[in-house]
Amino acid sequence: MVQSENMNGLATIENDIVEEFTLFDDWEQKYEYIIELGQKLPELNQVYKKDEYKIKGCQSSVWLNSYEENGRIFYEADSDSTFVKGEIAMLIRVLSGQKAEDIVNAELGFIDRIGLRQHLAMTRANGLAAMIKQMKLYALAFHAQKS
Amino acid sequence: MNDLVQVRNKTTSVFDVDIIRQDFPVLGTMAYNKKLVYFDNAATSQKPSSVINKLTSYYNEYNANIHRGVHFLSRKATDAYDNVRTLAAKFVNASTEKEIIFVRGTTEAINLVASTFGKMKVGEGDEVLITGMEHHSNIVPWQMLCEEKRAKLRVVPISEKGEIHLEEFKSLITDRTKFISIVHTSNSLGTVNPVKEMIRIAREKNIPVMIDAAQAVVHENVDVQDLDCDFLAFSSHKMLGPTGVGVLYGKMKHLEDMPPYQGGGEMIHSVSFEKTSYNEVPHKFEAGTPNIADVIAFGEAINYYNKLDRDAAFLHEKELVKYALKRLQEIEGVKIIGQASERTSLVSFIVRGLNAFDIGMYLDTQGVAVRTGHHCTEPVMDRMQIPGTVRASFMFYNTKEEIEIFIEALKKAIKLLNK
Repeated sequence: MVQSENMNGLATIENDIVEEFTLFDDWEQKYEYIIELGQKLPELNQVYKKDEYKIKGCQSSVWLNSYEENGRIFYEADSDSTFVKGEIAMLIRVLSGQKAEDIVNAELGFIDRIGLRQHLAMTRANGLAAMIKQMKLYALAFHAQKS
Repeated sequence: MNDLVQVRNKTTSVFDVDIIRQDFPVLGTMAYNKKLVYFDNAATSQKPSSVINKLTSYYNEYNANIHRGVHFLSRKATDAYDNVRTLAAKFVNASTEKEIIFVRGTTEAINLVASTFGKMKVGEGDEVLITGMEHHSNIVPWQMLCEEKRAKLRVVPISEKGEIHLEEFKSLITDRTKFISIVHTSNSLGTVNPVKEMIRIAREKNIPVMIDAAQAVVHENVDVQDLDCDFLAFSSHKMLGPTGVGVLYGKMKHLEDMPPYQGGGEMIHSVSFEKTSYNEVPHKFEAGTPNIADVIAFGEAINYYNKLDRDAAFLHEKELVKYALKRLQEIEGVKIIGQASERTSLVSFIVRGLNAFDIGMYLDTQGVAVRTGHHCTEPVMDRMQIPGTVRASFMFYNTKEEIEIFIEALKKAIKLLNK
């Protein structure tokens, strides 16, 4: 896959994650690793754990705060599900601190490559799919404002 | 009924779950190299080979449109299709097969009644009564009706144990109550409601009652004449049959009075641009080409129940849930949601401090299939002040050994998530 230069940061991180996941043989090990990531995710400041930051799913909810600093977008988030928190940790690792344009264009192929696409699809309910959309929307709004 | 009795007398053998399991090919599946433990039966049951084979044989041997063909195949398909109406009528002891309307499932059955009978009976300022443990499919159609008619939807509250108190039910029936729709067996709490008594109470005031029996017909014998309900709905896919088929039972006098649900072919008597006259019950409610293949295979699901030693199978299910409850209560932090004294073979629970979805996902890694979330009963979760539960639901083909695998996996999940 050819990546443009400014996509490099994002693509490299995605590749790193995919490589880390090659260590795991099965779904159970992947699950345990994602739970571990979730347990390590820094706690979100309570001020953001309000309805206006909440993305409600029927299995679990996500709270997302986005902000811009020096032309780059940053995200912090939390969930009532540790598994979803683990997935959030990966998304933040890939997207947070990137340029708005790159976030908007990010295909996030790593989700597929680490075998999590089906879980994401299955749990349309878990707020995560909506969170990715929200992350991109914020970047898009910022990008549009800038140009 | 004679056929049924004969069939049942034939099966005098002891209930042997190992032999039963051989009828269900999917139960031999390996999930992530582990033996699949399927405890999501309340969402949909697995299908026996006879049902699966029936689908194939229909398409291979007599696929044709029904009720209008003049040819060999069409007659064969029509006979097979009509025969299922008779089977379904006997299954719930309807007085005639004309009282059986094929629909897509319980949801469509409720929508059908709400938008035909409901529209006829409910007017401005009237009330429709449901309970606090309804599935969304027995809430939303009535909400839509009430909104349209400026009527009021009233709800019988449920107790901490997940039960309805008949006194409260009685007190909510007013002169304005025009329809009552209640769930027989709760899909999220496992509660079996005293529907017969509730219908009797409603009958005193001449209020028609609809029963959502989606979870009920699977685990007990349901007799519409004994219940004396006006309408009753259930789905094929929860009782060993294919998806996309369900039954609406309705008392003949209501079905005759009701306007059609959808317009199209099959439901008409004659059509001109000036005036259309409608076909007789039940065809009046079955517009268009029906789901022929799945209805025919659904007949095979009913046959399976008829051949099964149902008393023994239902007893086995009761033992399974009793065993699961006992084993779950031994685990610290587990709280059973829904502790009704009359219950079906499912158990809903939460684990203190843990998210139901996380637990369900871990169980999945161990090949154990459960359902997590609010089970399309958000008001129940609000009432219990929890976001959702883990639900394990059992069928007669499940075993105590499977419950052991589930319990071990659950213990591992708790350990891992509490790190």
